[in-house]
Amino acid sequence: MTPPAGSHIDLERWSCPLPLSDYPAIVMGHGGGGTLSADLVDHLFRPAFANAALDTLSDSAVLARPGGRVAVSTDSFVVKPHLFPGGSIGSLAVNGTVNDLAMSGAIPRYLTAGFILEEGFSVATLAAIVGDMAAAARAAGVIVVTGDTKVVERGHGDGIYINTAGLGDVPPGVQIAPQRAAPRDVILVSGPVGDHGMAIMSVREGLEFDSAIESDCAPLNGLVQSMLAVAPDLHVLRDPTRGGLASALNEIARQAGVGMVIEEDAVPVRPAVRSACELLGLDPFFVANEGKLVAIVPPSQADACLAAMRAHPLGTASARIGLVTDRHPAMVVARTGLGANRVVTMQIGEQLPRIC
Amino acid sequence: MKYLSEFRDGSIARRLADEIHRVVTRPWAIMEVCGGQTHSIMRNGIDQLLPPSIELIHGPGCPVCVTPLEMIDRALAIAAQPGVIFTSFGDMLRVPGSTRDLFRVKSEGGDVRIVYSPLDAVALARQHPDRQVVFFGIGFETTAPANAMAVHLARREGLRNFSMLVSHVLVPPAIDAIMRAPNNRVQAFLAAGHVCSVMGTWQYPSLAAQHRVPIVVTGFEPLDVLEGIRRAVRHLEAGEHVVDNAYERVVTVEGNRPAQSLLDEVFEVTDRVWRGIGTIPQSGWSLREAYRDFDAVSRFDVAGIRTSESTLCRAGDVLRGVIKPNACAAFGKACTPRTPLGATMVSSEGACAAYYNYGRFATLEAARA
Repeated sequence: MTPPAGSHIDLERWSCPLPLSDYPAIVMGHGGGGTLSADLVDHLFRPAFANAALDTLSDSAVLARPGGRVAVSTDSFVVKPHLFPGGSIGSLAVNGTVNDLAMSGAIPRYLTAGFILEEGFSVATLAAIVGDMAAAARAAGVIVVTGDTKVVERGHGDGIYINTAGLGDVPPGVQIAPQRAAPRDVILVSGPVGDHGMAIMSVREGLEFDSAIESDCAPLNGLVQSMLAVAPDLHVLRDPTRGGLASALNEIARQAGVGMVIEEDAVPVRPAVRSACELLGLDPFFVANEGKLVAIVPPSQADACLAAMRAHPLGTASARIGLVTDRHPAMVVARTGLGANRVVTMQIGEQLPRIC
Repeated sequence: MKYLSEFRDGSIARRLADEIHRVVTRPWAIMEVCGGQTHSIMRNGIDQLLPPSIELIHGPGCPVCVTPLEMIDRALAIAAQPGVIFTSFGDMLRVPGSTRDLFRVKSEGGDVRIVYSPLDAVALARQHPDRQVVFFGIGFETTAPANAMAVHLARREGLRNFSMLVSHVLVPPAIDAIMRAPNNRVQAFLAAGHVCSVMGTWQYPSLAAQHRVPIVVTGFEPLDVLEGIRRAVRHLEAGEHVVDNAYERVVTVEGNRPAQSLLDEVFEVTDRVWRGIGTIPQSGWSLREAYRDFDAVSRFDVAGIRTSESTLCRAGDVLRGVIKPNACAAFGKACTPRTPLGATMVSSEGACAAYYNYGRFATLEAARA
């Protein structure tokens, strides 16, 4: 597999201090624990992720921790295509776990990386993906401290799967949990929704429309810390990934036993995303994001929080989209552009393009 | 956004709704025929802007909802065969057959793929000459031209590995059947704008005259739907049984002639079973003799699959407006959006699913009022 022409990933930028063994593609031996495995580690993973903890090459990384609460999260990444406008499975694998940590207010510190590679997968593509992971880790301020590689036979995987687990420090006083959503809290979103899902759709097999939709894949920990600086009593954070904004709000409403009222027209959606959704019969509220967050903030800190979000490069288009209410518990209601109400439900499975 | 935001303007919507409030003097039951219109009504809450005396009956115009169980069982049988690539519009995948759905077949190893156009399925047939590619050709007159084109191309190119499971349905015979039903409550129709963009409006004046019912050709954006309702109410109040085109930017009397001639070349009119309603004479299309080689029913020998509907599900009565969804004994109990018995509970704008989702909210709000 080679990256498509015009991909943003620059294969040239990854350099290897010693040449890899001659294999241009993954063979079973790369997962066998012998010299081929060591080649991958020494010439691909270690140069990309270089840090002292990784360099000990022990079976586990040993990390010194200050006292206090630690946030831990794990996520697996199976996205196809592996390279897409605005990111790759590599940047996603780092940002996804970084964002899960950030949603509890934690400062992400360490990641682990597990790779399941399919026999025959291009080593050059793997290098590009690992390069993206390293760049994303640098941007998020985390280090990859331990990892694992397995190879499965051709036909038993989809090229590459990545699992990352992350560990972060939760600053004293931060209490972010879905159960804290309370009536009259303000609901904020950090920018236009639906970019990631539509970017993936636009390049998937069988879908050809000329569009400049890029994934919003980005680490949100910096944005979260600048929000906490002005709104220390932030109640809830969630990154609306799979299932989109609608599912994130419904989950919080159920977990906290509160209702929510959203002003539909206040939710930012890029025109290109809106058009693509119209064309395919999809609802942008249900489309995945990888660099956006929903914040539920007590009313007294809402304005300051929104201002801090807009001042951050990843939150310039942040918006106030609604309120938490004690009416209709566990139900999210959207006020439509016509001034009517619509219940925003959780989707049952995947969102399916409608015939009409 | 050209041609979208202009037709979603809230203040114009309120003006149209105000005029409907002003004009109406008594209860009227209006059926929107098309599932796309039902979606727009639900998505935007258009029904909430109307006077309580106007009842919108969500008609049988959702192709997913009316595709008969038997045809879905045939699709499932074909999709499960080794060597087949079974292609379909996305929302058919979750419609339950008698024991499973296409998602289940996929998880059991069937090669089931969502496509956005039947021409994508033809392209798959070109790419995979060693596989049988089948497209589930459902829908009304709107989707039919592309389906006809797919079969036409396959024959012209000699693609022996392409076939179509055809379950096309037609709007005018459905309107006729609804009006003839002894317990009919429908007093006016919003005809489906996109169907008319293909077929024109020339089929409707005789229906309007025969059944003494106004038929307003209506679009899909919120203002289109409200304007359609406004005109329907005006005609009802005036006792006019006319065909009125409220979607003139798209629809002409004669329709799309090239599409119609392609349809006529590939398809012939046939009796068709509608899920929940039963057989309506001359209400569907099947492949003409010259194209019969591309009929998946004969290629895969599934004509013997005959299935009857769930006896619990009253989707047919819901689709004809005879009962409200919650009058069905299975509603909210045996039948929910997670465990749908009938197709009206499957898609979120299906009459039953919409009632299920919105009904809980309306009940809570009413209790507070």
